[in-house]
Amino acid sequence: MNALRKSVIVALGLVLAAFAGASFHASRFLKEPVVAGPSVARVATLGEYFAPIKGTANDANVFFLEGAKPGGTVLVLGGTHPEEPAGRLTTWILAENAVLDQGRIIVLNSTNRSASTVTRPSGAYPATYTIKTDWGGQTFRMGDRWSNPLDQWPDPEVYIHYPSKQNLAYMDIRNLNRDWPGRPGGTLTEQTCYALIQLINKEAVDIVIDLHEAELQYPVISTIVVHPKGLDIAAMASMTLSDEEFKIGMEKSPAELRGLSHREIGDFTKAVPLLFESPEPFLDATRGRTDARLLLEGKDDFVVRAGKRGLLFEKIDEKGWPIDVRVGRHCSTLIEVLSVWSGDHADKAVVMSGVPKYAEMIQKGVGAFLHDPAKADPKKVFFE
Amino acid sequence: MIITWLYYLIVAYVVVLMVWNLIRSRKWQEEVLYVVVLLPFVLRLLRLK
Repeated sequence: MNALRKSVIVALGLVLAAFAGASFHASRFLKEPVVAGPSVARVATLGEYFAPIKGTANDANVFFLEGAKPGGTVLVLGGTHPEEPAGRLTTWILAENAVLDQGRIIVLNSTNRSASTVTRPSGAYPATYTIKTDWGGQTFRMGDRWSNPLDQWPDPEVYIHYPSKQNLAYMDIRNLNRDWPGRPGGTLTEQTCYALIQLINKEAVDIVIDLHEAELQYPVISTIVVHPKGLDIAAMASMTLSDEEFKIGMEKSPAELRGLSHREIGDFTKAVPLLFESPEPFLDATRGRTDARLLLEGKDDFVVRAGKRGLLFEKIDEKGWPIDVRVGRHCSTLIEVLSVWSGDHADKAVVMSGVPKYAEMIQKGVGAFLHDPAKADPKKVFFE
Repeated sequence: MIITWLYYLIVAYVVVLMVWNLIRSRKWQEEVLYVVVLLPFVLRLLRLK
């Protein structure tokens, strides 16, 4: 009787372990297809720019979109923080749809791929989310803000940023946007930043665009954060977008806050870094149920109530902040930045078409711009 | 790497202890408790989270 009871309890435990294990397994190993678009000339990996990254969790795909005419080079980083999905989805739309007439765009969909393989401990995050398409849907890993502890641990008591020696929160040693410019002998996340700096230098990148999202309780939201040497680009893009499409601000990267892309890339390379922020209610501390619906629809009664009490830095109503709106903002901001840059640098212009602007994205939805990997040439399908 | 191996050795040791206690236990409430507590340790050993 005793043995039978124990067996039943252990069996029930194994069932629970199987459910939990399946969810964690999806977080870590789900393959996300990218159908290389018409301008993708080649696909490299980050390890080609810094050998120690090769074969690691962060040996991400690097898509090179090239136009017929020579011009400038723009690097677009999605998935610096994978739990901010508008950034990653924008890179999918670029890689699958953009047509380059002049110049080059280099795209990373999973800049910190390790962080895309885990969700926040005790956060009750969904393991995955699915974007509806005409052909069914495409499922993505949810991801987290920090690299997976399976790939990098233990964390120090205090994270001392290199080379500034500024003291930062311990877990931010796994935050790709606190590790710039990185170092060759550092942690996986620091090495990833170092590899990206090598890429920027070797490919003579002119502009780096780092795609993010932010909670509405965070003051840096609906804005372009830019290194001082790119203030004119961001100012013109911000004014044009605010006049013609949607309100977006601009902020100068503070010199005192180290490790961020919009500061260190500008200081350590010739490139001009810009960071885009769109609103993501999913990240707000006052949110209700944390599920894929909230992630994609951006509707939450508690966040709306926080807004009515004046606790937010961005407006929200019952319509929320759907993913189509957030991705549309990133696409339009990118298009506008390219336009401003190309207008001022004719010899280094980057001229692109095929990427929807804000209004079209809201009308058709993100799913309309994702391509069915089952119907694509297998040679053009890559997995993140 | 040494810290990682030490960590997994400690996790494995805790798993062995709890399985041993589970086998010796005579109360069903304790047995349920041991199984529930074991879950994250087993998943950790399998490197699933």
